[in-house]
Amino acid sequence: MDILLILPILIPFLTAVAALLAWDRRPVQRALGVLGTAALLGAGLALLAAVWRDGVRALQVGNWPAPFGITLSADLFSAIMVVLAGLIGLAVAVYSLGSMDPDRERFGYYPLFHFLLMGVCGAFLTGDIFNLYVWFEVMLITSFVLMVLGGERAQLEGGIKYVTLNLMASALFLAAVGIFYGVTGTLNMADAAHRMREVEQPGLVTALALMFLVAFGIKAAVFPLFFWLPASYHTPPVAVSALFSGLLTKVGVYALIRVFTRLFVQDAGYLHAIILVIAGLTMITGVLGAVAQTEVRRLLSFHIVSQIGYLLMGLGLFTPAALAGAVFFMAHVVLAKAALFLVGGIAHRLRGTYNLKKLGGLYRSHPGLAVLFLLPALSLAGLPPLSGFFAKLALVWAGLETGQFAIVAVALGVSLLTLFSMMKIWNEAFWKPLGENDPPPAGGTSPALWLPVAGLAALTVLIGLAAGPLFVLSLRAAEQLLGM
Amino acid sequence: METVLAFVIGGLYAAGLYMLMRRSIVKLVIGLALMSQAANLLIFTLGRLIRGRPALIPPDAAALAGPFADPVPQALILTAIVISFGVHAFTIILVKRAYQTVGTDDLDDMRNTDLLA
Repeated sequence: MDILLILPILIPFLTAVAALLAWDRRPVQRALGVLGTAALLGAGLALLAAVWRDGVRALQVGNWPAPFGITLSADLFSAIMVVLAGLIGLAVAVYSLGSMDPDRERFGYYPLFHFLLMGVCGAFLTGDIFNLYVWFEVMLITSFVLMVLGGERAQLEGGIKYVTLNLMASALFLAAVGIFYGVTGTLNMADAAHRMREVEQPGLVTALALMFLVAFGIKAAVFPLFFWLPASYHTPPVAVSALFSGLLTKVGVYALIRVFTRLFVQDAGYLHAIILVIAGLTMITGVLGAVAQTEVRRLLSFHIVSQIGYLLMGLGLFTPAALAGAVFFMAHVVLAKAALFLVGGIAHRLRGTYNLKKLGGLYRSHPGLAVLFLLPALSLAGLPPLSGFFAKLALVWAGLETGQFAIVAVALGVSLLTLFSMMKIWNEAFWKPLGENDPPPAGGTSPALWLPVAGLAALTVLIGLAAGPLFVLSLRAAEQLLGM
Repeated sequence: METVLAFVIGGLYAAGLYMLMRRSIVKLVIGLALMSQAANLLIFTLGRLIRGRPALIPPDAAALAGPFADPVPQALILTAIVISFGVHAFTIILVKRAYQTVGTDDLDDMRNTDLLA
């Protein structure tokens, strides 16, 4: 019995149950939030160390032998994702202490938060395709409630779009799982990888692969299936937005990478060409959508879409170096994106608005916040020596090696536009003097808001400084993904 | 039987998609429910239809012999039905709250979050 594999699911589950039992005691729930996510981060790190030392780990749940029971398995990629989930969970849990309003806390914010983390970690660790569907649903239903918790008009309007498109994606995913079982006769992904080679109808396998591509594509918000994301991600409180932006779409990308490196590799050239085209279009439409926005959270939401394109680029190039770039980029973008959302939340605290036209003068009044914004923002644009530079360098290098110059050009051009729109936030919110008619500063802040932002910003610098060893880790993860 | 079910599944998908594209949020929920039913029936049909042969080992035998109904798709459908029950219950309440808050059931009037601020 491998306890390390089950801990990342068990810890959020137990924390959520404990938080439910302490329904009327908010201080207990708040303390549990921080403790539970810190424990999750610890468990993730222990798992990562163990997988690094001993290779891929697997656990047969209930001692049912492999292709019949449910298998949990962790390679380096899963372990890295669990660590990222722990990091984002901890940052958002601390941030929630200072930002979440008492009403939302009273109506189950913390239990939902931990159930969401459980769903995310379950999706990262399962080795069974139907079990993956179940974890997706655990994650979805908690995210539905977190999305509309509070019941504001914008939340409900955004929530309907979010719920509809995600449920449609789930129905497609479920149908694809059904066909998958019909074709291969197994649900275990490792087992199916062998049987998939023996399937006699290549056309059916390709159609099935495209069904998975659409189902996970909606969840990962790729072009042209991303419209639910900018319509909904800016409506809940910023702590929830940061959690969603850090983890939810990334689970979709994780599933895409998992499925397209392990299961659908027969028709690889054809499928990966499609993925590359989608990646390029996702980058471009996302960043162009962001250019038009003046609301900080909506602008950042479009950037989520744009960054998903880079992750897909790594998958589409499909070399060990490119996949390593995608894994590295994943670590970078999860941290940088969450940090930017949280900075937006602090700016909202200080000025009472998310609108760039009404913000201003933050550099003069809060130079510390300006630094905390610049680090992840420049990292997202890809300036050395921050994490984004090395992530993009790896992807661009892999693209040049394989001779895919079009996608490299797109990736570099989109970087420039990302820098442009980050500078737009800088100019409008930080540099521009605060207008005289604008509302006076709204509320104060607490260390609970600053600490996670500072931690995440420091991590983007650290990843940049330790890029060498981390890239070695990503490369090993990529080699495991490709079964080398 | 498979042919009939194929048409039923196709019909359910078509009806579900049609309902999803209507402007009323109530029809949206009906559309989602139809889609998930279609997916369930699809799994059922793809698990091969074998009638009157449950996957039970007779008392005088040690293992199953011959064709028998595969229990795995049925287990999958059962799980999927339970999940969709919960999800649809949530969606119906969401639609009711949205109707009360926004004051309309027309999706075209719920565009505030899509417009530029």
